Amino acid sequence: MTDKATEISAVGQATGTSRRLRTAFAALGMLPVLILLAAGFQFLNPRFLTETNLLIVTQQSSINIVLAAGMTFVILTGGIDLSVGAILAASAMVAVIVSLVPDWGLLGVPAAILVGLGFGLINGLLIAYIKLPPFIVTLGSLTAVRGVARLLGQDTTVFNSDLPFDFIGNGSLFGIPWLVIIALSVVVLSWLVLKRTVLGTWIYAVGGNAEAARLTGIKVPLVLLFVYGVSGLLAGLGGAMSAARLYAANGLQLGQSYELDAIAAVILGGTSFVGGVGSIWGTLIGGLIIAVLSNGLILAGVSDIWQYIIKGLVIIVAVALDRYRLQAGART
Amino acid sequence: MSAIAQAETARQPVLEMRHISKTFGAIRALHDVSLSVHAGELHALMGENGAGKSTLMKVLSGAYRPDAGGEILIDGMPAATGDPIKARASGVAVIYQELSLAPNLTVAQNIFLGNEPRRFGIVDRDQCTRRASEIIKRLGVSFSARDMVSSLSLGERQLVEIARALSTNARIIVMDEPTTSLTSGETDRLFEVIATLKSQGIAIIYISHRMEEVYQLADRVSVLRDSGYVGTLERADLSASRLVSMMVGRDLSAFYKKDHRPPDEKRAVALSVRAMSDGRLLKNCSFDLHKGEVLALAGLVGSGRTELARLIFGADRHISGTLELDGKPVTIGSPREALDAGIAYLTEDRKELGLFLDMSISDNISMGVLARDSRAGGLRDFAAAERRASKAVADLSIRTSSVQANAGSLSGGNQQKVLLARLLETEPKVVILDEPTRGVDVGAKSEIYRLIDNLAKQGIAILMISSELPEVIGVADRVLVMRDGTISGEVTASQGEPLSQEEIMELATGAAQQ
Repeated sequence: MTDKATEISAVGQATGTSRRLRTAFAALGMLPVLILLAAGFQFLNPRFLTETNLLIVTQQSSINIVLAAGMTFVILTGGIDLSVGAILAASAMVAVIVSLVPDWGLLGVPAAILVGLGFGLINGLLIAYIKLPPFIVTLGSLTAVRGVARLLGQDTTVFNSDLPFDFIGNGSLFGIPWLVIIALSVVVLSWLVLKRTVLGTWIYAVGGNAEAARLTGIKVPLVLLFVYGVSGLLAGLGGAMSAARLYAANGLQLGQSYELDAIAAVILGGTSFVGGVGSIWGTLIGGLIIAVLSNGLILAGVSDIWQYIIKGLVIIVAVALDRYRLQAGART
Repeated sequence: MSAIAQAETARQPVLEMRHISKTFGAIRALHDVSLSVHAGELHALMGENGAGKSTLMKVLSGAYRPDAGGEILIDGMPAATGDPIKARASGVAVIYQELSLAPNLTVAQNIFLGNEPRRFGIVDRDQCTRRASEIIKRLGVSFSARDMVSSLSLGERQLVEIARALSTNARIIVMDEPTTSLTSGETDRLFEVIATLKSQGIAIIYISHRMEEVYQLADRVSVLRDSGYVGTLERADLSASRLVSMMVGRDLSAFYKKDHRPPDEKRAVALSVRAMSDGRLLKNCSFDLHKGEVLALAGLVGSGRTELARLIFGADRHISGTLELDGKPVTIGSPREALDAGIAYLTEDRKELGLFLDMSISDNISMGVLARDSRAGGLRDFAAAERRASKAVADLSIRTSSVQANAGSLSGGNQQKVLLARLLETEPKVVILDEPTRGVDVGAKSEIYRLIDNLAKQGIAILMISSELPEVIGVADRVLVMRDGTISGEVTASQGEPLSQEEIMELATGAAQQ
């Protein structure tokens, strides 16, 4: 009998420990993974943790983080936006084309942002008011907007070697690249909206339980319109950033599969795919993990093909962790 | 009790659970509970939520192993504990609230799921169907073994679960709140099946909150409270007041509280509903609701009570009909407009349609008034939300460690109080409560009744949908009865006499017309 008793208490302790472990996972998110990855790559190649390389990593991740911030809003409501890569391409085309207008070239940036916002609002209207599934609407606009992007430049690459807003893509302020400053500002602003405003709470509520939100008097369609609008707007901003970096835009190639990296960053960051749970800081870490992974694998001399395979596997492992985390949530 | 059952009682019990305790870390879920059940007996198990009923049944089914010292005897022989497969083999079957059927398979396939009769290693479909048909015949039900489960009603699916239990030769069947989602017709069907099972010598452990069912069915009732065993009553000794006081551990003389003054003819009309129709179920529903009145909306499940409430609240669209609030016509096209006009609605399905389980209690309570509380630029006023939540937690005695805890961590009764708190924050003039005490334990129930009484005293008009007749009679001033989408009649209390349960049932079933 005593044997049995100790056996039972041992089992009890084991479940207690694993529960604590899970709760810790939920709180810390993927930060330990990011640190471990960085340490591992530093071990493989000491050039990884140098100031120059870290600046490159953050710069490379900045556009994805901006897209992923918008994607966080959308996924928090339980939706998805597959069209951000295409919107980025169309906006970048508009940015370069407008930049060619004499004396008014700087307007390329707001023009790109407005074009992005416009496409995002169209997505939002179809999803919120016609009540079509987000996956289908944005899958459609992924294709259609890609076509628009190609149409804008008659299917050619547009250049402007004298881009009036090239500082965005290549300049820096006090040694910090503008791209990084913009990405961080977007993250901080998103945090402010999501965690400090009434609208932010509504976004979580709609994602957590849309019908309950409606019965509580929340205007659910307006909230949905907002999140798809934000996603489009940030894709537009991403387009301007991309154009500023490249002095050029190509409607066919630019932004291909960017939506997948953005979704991956959000999921890696621990935002639940069904909505209602997640944070913008998680998305920031998720975006950095993807950038560190790409950069580190290159420095470690891993071939392009294997980079794809490894990145894909990391995303699947991350979703597995997401499940594990959700279980922890259900238990507490 | 039938003669057979009496003869069985004399013999040794088919199931004995002795000195069962169960602790999880520091939490004691069961403390020294003993229970014996005879063949052919329906043994009801009652107790508040969290009293330990489910834990006890999980010990029985082998999902949990009892702490040292506890034992389970089946037919007087010690049985293995903590092993679901052995428990099933020894004749124990549990039918949970959430049914576990595969909808796209046939009845026969579901009955033998995971236990298919085989020939040469291949599932023997003919034998499967034949044996399933035999079991179904034993239950005397109307569907066939070849029917798809997806084509069956909820009640019929429950019967499939019972058939599955019989297929493994179960002799002890545990039913956990089996009638929660059944219509009254289906409930009657289930009760007939239960009678058949009993006559075949099968012991049934029946967990239920519903007093009427227990009265109707039980041969004996055992009560658990605070993880411990309180006592067992024989059928002859059953009384509602005794059961309730056993469950809550105190005498509840004023379980239903009606201190507010029932409104007379002169009291002003708060809400007037005229000729409401939804083009589907509801036809031409009209009634008046007075200030300070508790008006119950009774009727069978499916009679259109919830549909009418949702129409008034603007959650669904009406095709015709008008509303007047305080004598002024209003148009309500959405819940937002209803709330702005002063109409609030408590849903019957708090998990699916009410709560934000992953959000804090504080956010849940303030959700309807966030915009009102906000500061410049749409920024949230967290201090206001905290104040509202703390006050609500104190006023409604919501039991939680912190208002920042997730709503999902609360028990059913406390979740319901959170929803009531949210509703009250909107300062409504008219409150529609849809099954306000469904799935709520006895203690929380009496607190909710007290709250309803207080609201009526403040002059708030209350429309309460309820399927529990004792509740309707105990709480309401007046009763409207619905049947087939129309209001079939009204029951009022005559001088000094309580509302008549028979009259309500007659109107609800249509018996009055015959």
